[in-house]
Amino acid sequence: MAKLPRQRPETLGGYVVHGVPFPVETDAESLAFLKRMAPIQIEQEYKITYLHSYGQDSPWFAAAANRRLLATHSAASGYTYATPRAHDMASGEETEWVDITERTACIHAFTVCHFGSEEFLPETPFVLALIEFEGVNTLFLTRLMGVDPHAASLDWIGMRVEPRFMRNSKLKPTDVYFTPVEE
Amino acid sequence: MRPVYALSGGVSKFAKARPDKTFQLIVKEAYDYALADIGLDFPTFGRLVDGSVASYFSDHFLRQLKAGAMVQDYLGLCPKPSHRVEGGGATGGLCFQEAWKSIASGHMDVCLAYGWEMMSHVETWKGNEFIALASDVSWDYPVGGFYTGYYAIMVTRHMKEYGTTVEQMAHVSVKNHINAYYNPYAQKRDRFTIEDVRSSPMVAWPLTRLDICVMSDGAAVTILASEEGLARLEAAGAKIPRPLVCVTGIGRGTDAMRMADRPHLDYETFMREYATVQEKSSDETGRYYKRLWDHGTRYPGVHSFRAGRTAGNMAYKHAEINDPLNELDFIELHDAYTSSEVQTYEDLGLCRYGEGGPFAASGKAFMPGIDYGLKLPAKPVCAVNPSGGLIACGHPVGATGLMQAVFAIWQLQGTLAKHFGDGALQVENARRGAIHSHAGTGTYVTVSILEREG
Repeated sequence: MAKLPRQRPETLGGYVVHGVPFPVETDAESLAFLKRMAPIQIEQEYKITYLHSYGQDSPWFAAAANRRLLATHSAASGYTYATPRAHDMASGEETEWVDITERTACIHAFTVCHFGSEEFLPETPFVLALIEFEGVNTLFLTRLMGVDPHAASLDWIGMRVEPRFMRNSKLKPTDVYFTPVEE
Repeated sequence: MRPVYALSGGVSKFAKARPDKTFQLIVKEAYDYALADIGLDFPTFGRLVDGSVASYFSDHFLRQLKAGAMVQDYLGLCPKPSHRVEGGGATGGLCFQEAWKSIASGHMDVCLAYGWEMMSHVETWKGNEFIALASDVSWDYPVGGFYTGYYAIMVTRHMKEYGTTVEQMAHVSVKNHINAYYNPYAQKRDRFTIEDVRSSPMVAWPLTRLDICVMSDGAAVTILASEEGLARLEAAGAKIPRPLVCVTGIGRGTDAMRMADRPHLDYETFMREYATVQEKSSDETGRYYKRLWDHGTRYPGVHSFRAGRTAGNMAYKHAEINDPLNELDFIELHDAYTSSEVQTYEDLGLCRYGEGGPFAASGKAFMPGIDYGLKLPAKPVCAVNPSGGLIACGHPVGATGLMQAVFAIWQLQGTLAKHFGDGALQVENARRGAIHSHAGTGTYVTVSILEREG
């Protein structure tokens, strides 16, 4: 059984303090004492909004918003990329878009995140999985729904899954996610 | 290329938070130690050194760009040449190798490599977010960017492919924490059992909190020199211990940023391009791998680090090592996760792919003479992370690879007892060791071989 937490979570934030302890006189003895001061720590906020471009990968997001899952295919190498690449890794040649929405898919590897980066902490526990597709040479990282995050099992690897799409696209790779195929 | 000597090093105390000093002063702690250890003072070494390389990973943690310049001036090294290297978790290993290049090429005779990271200026989960930005921000980060999650994904595949168990991985945690018990520089000095590791809070299945390294504030430096540089320092009064420590092998490798893009290569390509010299020379190993491939294994997939295998093979060729397990006396490797130590055993050819789990629990990578509270079937052969590694020492990213170099120098000088105040972790008669630095989900990996002369 997992051990119970013994520490309360720490957060920043608190009261504004006016008046900072400092010697009244700046004689040599008082100044020498300053080397024994504890450090002052302040909060600095930093926020920024980026105008992020998906560039050549943009059609993938347009497709997901329209409930289609795209990949790219290289005629030169015969390689198909589940996470699209505009150029083939081996030949350097341009790839073409292909639709893999209906391809047979299964779980290649996965984890259940019980903690996460700050942005995703509110969503824990969540399941991350790499998906493999029939006739596709690379994998696709996604969220997996429809499995119990508290009952993780290696048996999930190899499980047949299918894509589902968010009705309200956010133009993010999470517009598509996967669930086990119901028998 | 000419011989390069690793003469001295210093490591600051690694701690969860060091608000008592800014980063320049924490680097200076390590720098002052390295200078004092060879009996030179600040102005003398500052006059004799030709230049430096700075190592730090993230501009986000301090919200300070060009921080390298601030260390360079604080150490009194302006206007001498310097540059910053950045390569994720491998930043320190890359820095060490850049300093090596400066000397080996004849460009410098004395070069200082310094590195640090101050990770405490943001909260742990924000820190995880910064680290996760070292994954593709179009495709990977937005899905739930979290490095422990990425490593957990990789190890579930390793477990499925090879039958690796969480208990085998927990052996790494027990070993590294107990080793660190004797290392005063380590952030975590605890005795844990396999059960402790498994019952600590689950972070990303199957990795628990004790399978994972922690965030740290800390710094480390090393001093590298040519024969001419050595003579220059000694003429100024430096006391350099003999036998000297020489850098005899350098290797690096890379792989695709997105785990999803890693290839799944066939048996013939693996044997031709990635098998170690030892693996290629054994018909039995050839048959062993054929059986794995017949069973469905492909290389490297997400379960193995092609960059690590490439770096290892390159460094071994350079240092003329054919049987790493028996020709290396110790390895300080990048155990950000217990799982990655297990995967790295295989990449570095200490065992074959698929055998990392049993190898972890065999006892071969443990220190002799230390009670781990475990029943280990085999005797120690090559100590892996005798210092306690990242899991117990901490992982202030830009300092980590240089910390490994410092511990390796002390092992090969036979001076570990002096520096640690305890000789328990001194590898007896250490003649040759490797340091291994690893970035991303295996995107950049460096391996450097250090040897005692004579």
